[in-house]
Amino acid sequence: MSKRSRLPLNSALLVGGILTTLLIVTALVSLVWTPEVPTRVRVALRLKGPGEVGILGTDHFGRDVASLLMVGAWNSLAIAWPAVLLGAAIGTAIGCAAAAWKGIADEIAMRVSDVVFAFPAVLSAIMIGALVGSGPLAAILAIAVFNVPVFARVTRGVALQVWTLDYIAAARAIGKHPLRITWEDVMPNIAGALIVQVTIQLALAILTEAGLSYLGLGVRPPNPSWGRMLSDAQTYLSQAPHLAIAPGIAIALSVLGLNLLGDGLRDALDPTLRGRGATA
Amino acid sequence: MLRLVISRLVSLAITLLAVSLAIFLILEVLPGDPAAIMLGTAAREDTLAALRQELGLDQPALVRYLQWIGGILHGDLGQSITYKMPVATLVAERMNVTLPLSLLAILISTALALPLGVAAAARRDGAVDRAVLVFSQLGVAVPNFWIGLLFILFFSTWLGWFPAGGFPGWSTGIGPAFQALLLPAVALALPQAAVLTRVTRSATLEVIGADFVRTARAKGVDKGGTLRRHVVPNALIPVTTILGLQLSFFFGGAILVENVFNLPGLGRLAYQALNQRDLVVIKDIVLIFSGLVIVVNFIVDIGYAILDPRLRGRS
Repeated sequence: MSKRSRLPLNSALLVGGILTTLLIVTALVSLVWTPEVPTRVRVALRLKGPGEVGILGTDHFGRDVASLLMVGAWNSLAIAWPAVLLGAAIGTAIGCAAAAWKGIADEIAMRVSDVVFAFPAVLSAIMIGALVGSGPLAAILAIAVFNVPVFARVTRGVALQVWTLDYIAAARAIGKHPLRITWEDVMPNIAGALIVQVTIQLALAILTEAGLSYLGLGVRPPNPSWGRMLSDAQTYLSQAPHLAIAPGIAIALSVLGLNLLGDGLRDALDPTLRGRGATA
Repeated sequence: MLRLVISRLVSLAITLLAVSLAIFLILEVLPGDPAAIMLGTAAREDTLAALRQELGLDQPALVRYLQWIGGILHGDLGQSITYKMPVATLVAERMNVTLPLSLLAILISTALALPLGVAAAARRDGAVDRAVLVFSQLGVAVPNFWIGLLFILFFSTWLGWFPAGGFPGWSTGIGPAFQALLLPAVALALPQAAVLTRVTRSATLEVIGADFVRTARAKGVDKGGTLRRHVVPNALIPVTTILGLQLSFFFGGAILVENVFNLPGLGRLAYQALNQRDLVVIKDIVLIFSGLVIVVNFIVDIGYAILDPRLRGRS
């Protein structure tokens, strides 16, 4: 095969892996250690630049920006992970059922996906926020709802291919129940595609969570979040522009890392896709 | 073709019906007492009773749903509780900002993505291709509201070229209104342009490898001519579909970007309505946004069939 990858082979996996590991390690370390207590208000030290107080300076309450960023990593993952897993679980079940029973079940599943697809995640969050009150729960539910049709479609697509294979026909011929076929024969074959999708959706979930916290629809203050830090930074843009830089870079690097990891995994798992790049 | 249009129209009607039912269930039936949500727990019983009567909550849910849909079909979106004015008037005012903003963003995104994607695919693995791939990876990763913040910092706070936010209104002339919308539109467009560039690149690469392109080249058509006449028109088909699907992201993004730039658009109205717990406004805006996404995708679907004759026979 000719050399066609956009980065030398597996460098996407490597860079993505490193960035994602950094994100997870930072989030975990923040649970036991941060340079300062992230919620400690120090009025005398407010709006200090990077290096003056702490490596990234302080915000309008004198809180240490580096510590806030570290805890923000945890809070971001604490919403993105459960949201994507919930959406993946429901979506995968729907996609598997659609592929196994086809016909009317398939039609209903795909039409329901169409309906859910019509709601942008931020709009779902506003609607769910009106129902249960804005906060982490509304954010998790909104991102999960957005993920359900994505996983339903991806799962259906790959599962339908598996269902055409000879050994599935053999399993059906000996009278194996579609549920058992799905669990024992289909799932192991589509797990790779699902892992890739989880990684990519996690990136999107982190972006969405940041957007929701920016609007005040995610993690509640004083609990720090990257989106909320950017929203606070906007108020002090001319006095302390540095506050608008670090949280944005943190979001971008996390999303970039997960996207690269997803692309790298896809390339590694499916050699036929190498070099094409994701389509959406 | 007619059969396809009719079947898609039926599907469109069912989807719109299902979406409106879902919105009604979530915002009017599931909360139990929408009046209590809107006024809060501290509200007095007589105030609650008055609002229940105003909203017609004493009637069965099915009747209320039919009244809501019937009203929308006649251009009546109900009365906003906080703004004390018809929601239709509010929406029309705010649409004057959101619609031009979204259209400008889609235009910028397409104008960037198509040439970049085709140029990258035309010289695969070359310098342009690599630069485009870096742009598309970074563009997807950077949140639009952060781009907006950085734009305000550079172009408004430091350089003073653009207003930092707000909208002067169309009555002040196209110039100032356009100036107020340009930065938000670019912030909204960049992440979607990154996605569209990748799609254009992949679609172009796929067509470049097709047999008919090789035949055209073998018959002596030069590279540029093949690209213009054979490759790009065919590559545009999947690109159009993705553009339709992206609409949902443009609207979602508009809610954020309008808040960053303090633009009085529909997205900002939805956000304000949530803070004021104005369920009437939220219900209508969610239906308008999702309805627009569904209708545009219907148009894209039909356009797809026109662009790709192979699809006309299928329904």
